[in-house]
Amino acid sequence: MDNTKQLMLGNKAVARGLYEAGVCFISSYPGTPSTEITEEAAKYDEIYCEWAPNEKVAMESAFGACLAGKRAFCGQKHVGLNVAADPLYTMSYTGVNAGLVIGVADDAGMHSSQNEQDSRHHAIAAKVPMIEPSDSTEALEYTKLAYELSEKFDTPVLLKMCTRVAHSQSVVTPGTRTVPVKQYEKNIAKYVMMPGNAIKRHPFVEERMQALTEYAETSPLNRVEMGGTEIGIITASTSYQYVKEVFGDRVSVLKLGLTNPMPVQLIKDFAAKVDRLIVVEELDPIIENHVKQLGIKVEGKDLLPILYEFSQNLVAKSLGETPHVPAYTLDTPIPVRPPVMCAGCPHRGMFYTLNKNKCTVLGDIGCYTLGAVAPLSAIELTLCMGASIGATHGFNKVLGEESSHKTVAVIGDSTFMHSGMTGLANVAYNQSNSTIIILDNSITGMTGHQQNPTTGYNIKGDPAGKINLEALCRAMGFERVRVVDPYNLAECDQVLKEELAVNEPSVIISRRPCALLKYVKHEAPLRVNPDKCRSCRSCMRIGCPAISMKNNKATIDPTLCVGCGVCSQMCHFDAFESTKKEA
Amino acid sequence: METKNIMIVGVGGQGSLLASKLLGHLLLTQGYDVKVSEVHGMSQRGGSVVTYVRYGDHVYSPVIDLGEADCIVSFEALEAARMLPYLKEGGVIVTNTQQIDPMPVITGAAVYPEGIIDQMKATGAKIDALDCLSLAEEAGSTKAVNVVLLGRLSHYFDFTEEEWMASLEAIVPERFIEMNKKAFALGKNA
Repeated sequence: MDNTKQLMLGNKAVARGLYEAGVCFISSYPGTPSTEITEEAAKYDEIYCEWAPNEKVAMESAFGACLAGKRAFCGQKHVGLNVAADPLYTMSYTGVNAGLVIGVADDAGMHSSQNEQDSRHHAIAAKVPMIEPSDSTEALEYTKLAYELSEKFDTPVLLKMCTRVAHSQSVVTPGTRTVPVKQYEKNIAKYVMMPGNAIKRHPFVEERMQALTEYAETSPLNRVEMGGTEIGIITASTSYQYVKEVFGDRVSVLKLGLTNPMPVQLIKDFAAKVDRLIVVEELDPIIENHVKQLGIKVEGKDLLPILYEFSQNLVAKSLGETPHVPAYTLDTPIPVRPPVMCAGCPHRGMFYTLNKNKCTVLGDIGCYTLGAVAPLSAIELTLCMGASIGATHGFNKVLGEESSHKTVAVIGDSTFMHSGMTGLANVAYNQSNSTIIILDNSITGMTGHQQNPTTGYNIKGDPAGKINLEALCRAMGFERVRVVDPYNLAECDQVLKEELAVNEPSVIISRRPCALLKYVKHEAPLRVNPDKCRSCRSCMRIGCPAISMKNNKATIDPTLCVGCGVCSQMCHFDAFESTKKEA
Repeated sequence: METKNIMIVGVGGQGSLLASKLLGHLLLTQGYDVKVSEVHGMSQRGGSVVTYVRYGDHVYSPVIDLGEADCIVSFEALEAARMLPYLKEGGVIVTNTQQIDPMPVITGAAVYPEGIIDQMKATGAKIDALDCLSLAEEAGSTKAVNVVLLGRLSHYFDFTEEEWMASLEAIVPERFIEMNKKAFALGKNA
């Protein structure tokens, strides 16, 4: 990469920061909006990068690397940090050897998430510092600084991104790489967190927070930008950008780049210089509560929402400024365009079959969550990674026969490796009569095609270990493990009926690679013979975006259709024809 | 100068990424501060997608809000209509006339509004609509819709043909450059 000024995605700027900070080891699990940090870092040959099966394993691996003396990183989305919370909270006690930074990307507004939890709570609870950049330039600089803090204060450091920082490009000037290395030394009192040692480490954690609070008073991460003194605004992350957009220099701003722990005197001094103090922060009132605890009069969530992400108009409106308003509006209702399963998605055939058999479907996290969207409307639960299997087990245990012959779990291959295996162990061990369907599309789909332990390739696309799902399920004690092709509706229907009927747990692996994978060869698009189409709309029940009704006849958009043939299996009148030219 | 705002809107999978990359490159080489913002993940699966491109002396917010867009570039007619409230007074919408039915229309739960482009024109907004899909096919690939749109968009900027071409060459893989140059010219002269 050349070191000239360039536009860079926030996540790529973090990756550049990792490179320049001399990071040697990265282990992460993909999750929007964090994924590109690790994908971009993997482009540097100097950094070992991997996708771990889940965030907990990733964080423990990164910790091992830092213990061995090399700077390490682990990245995930906000809910991923819940999975990795267990090692994090005790890594706070052990501290680090070489620097360890943990990237966490929040998703205010839930563009691609099941909740909009505020990860700052984890930083407070785990008692580790949290750094928040507000654009790509800061993403690069703060990442490097995070390693200095990690080693100086002997602590893992949380680097918090949010959707608008992670997925925005702004101007960055890259620098050079230096690689600080430490030696590993055996230190049982520091690293073996049994009670006798942990009791002695907790005071260290509290002292470290004190030292970090003192550091926060003068840290370059926190800065005061004095302007008009009628209003003073304390803010962080992307909210800073909205505040500056609306007010420019008309207000004074205290921008916090270190949001845990927060300074005390710096805030008191800033408050004393302004007539009215307001905190502008997305999601929970964490800065605001800190300021209130200092006994300072402050406004915040009484003016600004606790929900969703902010924008310049929202900040303007909330703080009594005039927001921009639409200049042109239509009275016509504009139909929504929700995300849908792609044309040719292998999940579609299985969801159609589950609907046909009137199954209760407890779902999981991935592209197949879109099985809940009309017209399929098949999925009845989505909670967190791996929950489909645990929930199906509990559901079937309490409802017994009335449920077990029609209730299934659906879980993708990557999600199964992430945290479905332990749920499956519970089904095998405590013997619920559950049918578990692994939707194996041979990739981690929703986050944009990352490899996983079942695909046989690593993050760089090189051959890697490959876990055999059938053998794994059998080894756990499942006698009934079936594999079906979801493009074959008759086969799916028959196997599903058989496995629901039996009085023992079973696994169905619905296997076909994601239609968007580059190596997947598509068939010629189909077309509808309008003379044969009887307008029965049977084909509309699968929710394929390539099929629509035009002049009361089904029609296929040839730019979308990949010729999967699922629709033609549903048509009673043989109206679907191939456009393939006969050789 | 005041920050200028361009929105690129369409349906997930239509190739808006290249359009924003090219614009970002062009604006940066012209010496502006630039921010380009988009959302990845679930919304990309056939849903409405929006990319914000902002440039000026110093750009703060990465997003464009209601009533702020100087220009909206749309890959699909309904998406242009959806984003109309983001257009600033006197702004322009450059849109593909292609219609892609969203799922509620496919299932019959909603209807695709009739004559949506004329309806937009009737609001007084400046609407520059063209059949980019046909022009892209003429250039050699339906995937070139994005560059056809950029060609049309170039009317509303003061940048020279050479400056646009320099960015095109910097962004597009070499084997597709000639086809994309043709697509750009077809959009520009349509």
